[in-house]
Amino acid sequence: MSEPRTDAKICGMGHSMKRKEDPRFIRGQGRYIDDFTLPGMLYMDIVRSPHAHARIKKINTARALKIPGVLAVIDGPTLAKYNLHWMPTISADTQMVLPIDEVMYQAQEVCAVIATERYIAADGVDAVEVEYEPLPVMVDPHKSLAPGAPVLRKDKEGKKDNLAFHWQAGDKADAERALAASDVVISENVYLPRIHVASMETCGCIADFDTAQGKLTVYMTTQAPHAVRTVFALVAGHVGLSEEKIRIVSPDIGGGFGGKVPVYPGYVIAVAASVVIGKPIKWIEDRMENLQADSFARDYHMKVELGAKRDGTMTSLKIKTVADHGYANASANPSKFPTGLFSICTGSYDLKHAFCEVDAAYTHKPPGGVAYRCSFRVTEAVHAIERATDALAQKLNMDPAELRMKNFIKPEQFPYKSVLGWEYDSGNYGVALKKAMDIIGYDALRREQAEKRKKGDLMGIGISSFTEIVGAGPSRDFDILGIKMFDSAEIRVHPTGKAIARFGTKSQGQGHETTYAQIVAEELGIPAAHVQVEEGDTDTAPYGLGTYASRSTPTSGAACALAARKIRDKAKKIAAHLLEVSEQDLDWEPGKFFVKGAPQMAKTIQECAFAAYTNHPQGMEAGLEAVHYYDPPNLTFPFGSYICVVDIDRGTGDVKVRRFVAVDDCGNIINPMIVEGQIHGGLTQGIGPALYEEISYDDEGNISGGSFLDYYVPTALETPHWETDKTTTPSPHHPFGAKGVGESATVGAPPAIANAVVRKSASGRIRVATAMTTTMRTIERPAGEPV
Amino acid sequence: MIPAAFDYHRADTLDDALKLLKKYGDEAKVLSGGMSLLPMLKLRLASFAHLVDINRVPGLDYIKEEKGTLRIGAMTRQAALERSDLIRTQYPILADAVPLIADPLVRNRGTIGGNVANGDPGNDQPAIMLALGATFVARGSKERSIPASQFYKGLYSTALAPGEILTEIRIPAPPPKSGGAYAKLKRKTGDFAVAAAAVQLTLGKNGAIERAGIGLTNAGLTPVEAVDAAKYLVGKMPDEKTIAEAAKMAAAKSSPSADRRGSVEYKKEMARVLTARALRKAVQRAGGN
Ligand SMILES: Cc1cc2nc3c(=O)[nH]c(=O)nc-3n(C[C@H](O)[C@H](O)[C@H](O)COP(=O)(O)OP(=O)(O)OC[C@H]3O[C@@H](n4cnc5c(N)ncnc54)[C@H](O)[C@@H]3O)c2cc1C
Repeated sequence: MSEPRTDAKICGMGHSMKRKEDPRFIRGQGRYIDDFTLPGMLYMDIVRSPHAHARIKKINTARALKIPGVLAVIDGPTLAKYNLHWMPTISADTQMVLPIDEVMYQAQEVCAVIATERYIAADGVDAVEVEYEPLPVMVDPHKSLAPGAPVLRKDKEGKKDNLAFHWQAGDKADAERALAASDVVISENVYLPRIHVASMETCGCIADFDTAQGKLTVYMTTQAPHAVRTVFALVAGHVGLSEEKIRIVSPDIGGGFGGKVPVYPGYVIAVAASVVIGKPIKWIEDRMENLQADSFARDYHMKVELGAKRDGTMTSLKIKTVADHGYANASANPSKFPTGLFSICTGSYDLKHAFCEVDAAYTHKPPGGVAYRCSFRVTEAVHAIERATDALAQKLNMDPAELRMKNFIKPEQFPYKSVLGWEYDSGNYGVALKKAMDIIGYDALRREQAEKRKKGDLMGIGISSFTEIVGAGPSRDFDILGIKMFDSAEIRVHPTGKAIARFGTKSQGQGHETTYAQIVAEELGIPAAHVQVEEGDTDTAPYGLGTYASRSTPTSGAACALAARKIRDKAKKIAAHLLEVSEQDLDWEPGKFFVKGAPQMAKTIQECAFAAYTNHPQGMEAGLEAVHYYDPPNLTFPFGSYICVVDIDRGTGDVKVRRFVAVDDCGNIINPMIVEGQIHGGLTQGIGPALYEEISYDDEGNISGGSFLDYYVPTALETPHWETDKTTTPSPHHPFGAKGVGESATVGAPPAIANAVVRKSASGRIRVATAMTTTMRTIERPAGEPV
Repeated sequence: MIPAAFDYHRADTLDDALKLLKKYGDEAKVLSGGMSLLPMLKLRLASFAHLVDINRVPGLDYIKEEKGTLRIGAMTRQAALERSDLIRTQYPILADAVPLIADPLVRNRGTIGGNVANGDPGNDQPAIMLALGATFVARGSKERSIPASQFYKGLYSTALAPGEILTEIRIPAPPPKSGGAYAKLKRKTGDFAVAAAAVQLTLGKNGAIERAGIGLTNAGLTPVEAVDAAKYLVGKMPDEKTIAEAAKMAAAKSSPSADRRGSVEYKKEMARVLTARALRKAVQRAGGN
C-alpha cells in the first residue's frame, strides 16, 4: 500500500498521525502503578538472599517488628499455610513464591515486610536477620548438565539430573549426512549473553482485596492482564478466589519488552498479604531488584555448523544449544514451543537440510528467560544463522552480501515451506539487501576497508539479513498454559458517530491508542481522533493474551479490522434502509455509503450510527457494535537487511558505530512514524547487548551487571544516527496485509554489529570481541604494541 | 534504594558547619553535591545519623589564579569548571577530564571538593591532582594543607579527620612550555573509567622533560601516582621510545580489579595505552612536537 486511502481528517492507515497518548506522557500525566494511592494502602518491601544457594536456618523478625509502623513479616511458612509458597511458571515448571528452607539464587525473595509507609518497610527489611548456611553453587550450565552433577531441583520427585527440558526440530541424521557431504563446513560457537529488558519502569502492583465484596483488584505492571487473571483464579482457587471476583488492571506501562509477562513472586505475596490483611498493598521494585531478580533473557550457548558447496550454495545447518534457565524454567513461550520459535534458524536462506536442538539447564540463577523483544527466541536463531553466514563467507573468501544473495529464498518460492516446518507467508529478501547496500554505498566502503586494513586500521562492515516470525498464533499450534493465542477487539459506535474500541492486548509504549484508532478509521471512516482505545482492564476489555512477540497488530489489529467490517456490514443495512434502496445498490468509500451511479445519494457512517439508535429498521437489533476474536491462519514473516560500519580503536578495542542502515519490511504500515519509532528503539536495544549489556555471575553466583552502575544500557550518545528505509511485501493472509514490527530491529541488529566487529584471524583468535562473543573485550594484537 | 533515617542540618557559614561536625563527631558527614554520598546512603552501603549540608556556605565557590597558584573553592561545581575560560585555556588536563565525568545532570551538582574528598579511586579528579602536584586546604579547629600525594590512604579513606572540611584546592600554575592531558576510556556516557591517565609535564629549554606528574584512575584501591614513570621521564627527550617506556612503567604500577569493565589484564593494558596517549598529547600541548 503506498498512498493512504483516507484523508488527513479521517487519518486511516498510512498516515503518520501523532500519537494520541503522547500529550499525557510528555506532560508527565501518564498514570503508572506508582502514581496510584488507595485509601488505607500499606507498603511491602522484600528481604532478598545475598547467597546464590543456601539453607535458611532462621529468620529473626523481632527487631523488624519492633519498628513502629512495621505490621507483619511474611515468610515461606506463612504462605505454606495457604499452600501458596510455590507457583507454576508460564512454562508449567514450578517456582518458589517464598522459600521454606533453601534459596536458589542471589536476590531471591526470602520474606516480605508489610508497613504503613514505604520508608518504614525498607527499614524493616534492613532489620530482618536471616541466618544462612551457604551451600555449593552451580553457575555453569555445561557443568550442570554433565553426568553426576548434583541435582538442583530436589523438590521434584525422582529428578536425577538438571535438564529442564530437551527440545529438537528437524532430522538429525539427514542434516549430518548433508554436512558430511558438504565441500566446506564452518563451526562457530556463538554465545548470546544473559541480558535484561531494563525497562524504564520497574515491576510492581497494588493488590486490593475488598473484604466487603470479596473481590480482588490488582493494579499491576502486566503485558497480559487476562492471562494473569486466569492464572490467579487457577492458582488461588483453593483459597476462595474465583475468576469473576478478580479484576486485573494494567495502567500505563513504562516499557515491558517481555519482562512484564511473567508473574513474579512479589505480585503473589502482595495479593496474599492483601487478602489476609484486608487492605491494599503496594509493592514496587527498585532498579536493582528489577535487574537482579526478574526474568532475564537470552543466555544461549550455541554451536552452529553450516555446510556449503564450494560455489557458496548452503547445504545443511546444525545447531546445538545449551540454554541456561536459572533454577526454574520460567520462559514465556507457547506451550508447544519451549524454545520459542528458535526453529526459524534457517533464516532467510533456502536450506534443504537442518537440525537444531536445545538442552535447557538448571543453575543457581534467577528463573527465566523471557522473550526480550525477540519474538520468542528469534533473536537467538537469527544471531546463529547470520554469524554462521559471515563465518562461511570468510572461509569461502566470498563477499558476505554476495553469499546471502546467492542463498536467499527467491520471491517466487513463497509461500515457502522451511525444512524445519514453517510456512513463510511472503518475502522479497534480495530487494531489501540491495536497497541497504545502495543506501550505505557498499562497494565504496569495501574499498575503503581494504585500504584501511593495509594500514592496520580496524574498520568493520557487518550485514544481517533476518527473517522474523511473529503474530502467535494459530490456535492449532499456539497456547500458553492451555489458553489459545487468539486475540480480540470490541468496537462500539456511539449514536453521535464516535467510538470506543477495546482489546485483549496491552500497550506498553507501542502506541496502540493511535494505531488501533487508525485501523477503525481505515475500516469505518470514523476519524481516528474520534476513536477512544482502551486496554488493560479485565472487567471491560475482551479476553486476549496480551502484547508481546510483536503479536498485537497481527492478532488484535486483525480482530479490530474484522470487528469494524462487521459494523460496516450492519451500517450498510441501515444506510440502505435510510436511502430506501437495496444493499446491493450501495457502494462504500471511507466514511460513507452512496448509491451506485448517484453519489449525491449518500449516508455517512455517522448518520448510520445515529440511526442505529434512533431509527433502526424494524426487525434489526438496535445499536452498532461488534466483537471479534481473531484466530490467525498463520504467522507473519517480517524481514529486513541491516548494514553497519564500525571503526575500532586498535589500542582499546572501543567500537564506534559510524553508520547503520536498516531496511525493514513489515508489510502494510498503519502509522509510518510509529513504525520508524519502533525500529529506532529496537535498533538501540540491539546495539545494547551487542556492545554494552551483559549480566554474568562469578563462581559463587554473585551477580555482576545487577545495577545501572555496571549494566550498560546505551544512552543517546552511544546511539548512532539510524538510517531507515523500507520495502513493502504485504502479508497475504492478514486482513490488511500487516506483519508486526515491534521486534524486527532487536532481532536483526545484534548480528549486524557482531559481523562488523568479530573476525577470525589466521591465528584463529578473534579480532575484537565485545560482550557479544566473550564476557570481556579482547583485542587481537600483541599486548605492549605501540598504540 | 531507600536510605536509613538521618538528620539533615543546613550550615549557613563555615563555622556553623564546623560546629555541627564537632558536635556529632563520626556520626556526621559533609554533604556537598551529594552525587556520591546520596547513592551510598540509598544503597545502604553507608549510613550517617547526621548530614551537614554546606551548599549554602558562602565563599567556597571560585576559580582564580593568584601569585602563581590556581585556587579552586571546594564547592565549585563541575559545570562551572566546564565553562571556565581559565581552565579551558590554561589547564587542559582539567578541561579534558570534566566533560568526561558522569553526565550533565551530575556535573551540575557535583563539586570538585566532593570529587577529590570522596576517596573513590574511580573519581577522575584525584589522579589529575596527583599529576598536577596539587595541595588540599582543610579547615578543622585550624587550617592545614595536605599535598595530594599524601591525601589518599585507602578505599574511601583520606587524610581528612572527621571534623574537617576541605575548603580549597591549590594547584601550582604551570610554567611556560607546560602541557597536560587526561585520557579516559569508559564503557558509556556516565560510566566511571575502565582506566584513565592524567599527565602534566614541563619541557626545558633543550626540549627535554623537566618535570612530570602522572596519575592513574581506577588502577587500585586509591588513585595511583606513577612516581617511577614520572622520574624516568625527567631529563629525557619526549620521543616515542621514552613515552612507550614510561607508559609501561606507569601501567606496572596499576593493580586494578576485574569487573564488567574488563579483566585485570585488559585494564593494565589500557593503563599503558592511555598513559602513552596522554603523554603524547601533553608533550604536544607543551609545544614539544
Ligand atoms: C551516574 C554517576 C556517574 C558518575 N561518574 C563519575 C565519573 O565518571 N567520574 C567521577 O570522577 N565521578 C563520577 N561520579 C561522581 C561525581 O563526580 C560526584 O559528584 C563526586 O564523586 C562527589 O562530589 P559531590 O560534590 O557530589 O560530593 P558528595 O557526594 O556530597 O560527597 C562525597 C564525599 O565527599 C565528602 N565531601 C564532600 N565535600 C567535602 C568537603 N568540602 N570537605 C570534606 N568532605 C567532603 C562527603 O562527606 C562524602 O563522603 C558519578 C556520579 C554519578 C551519580
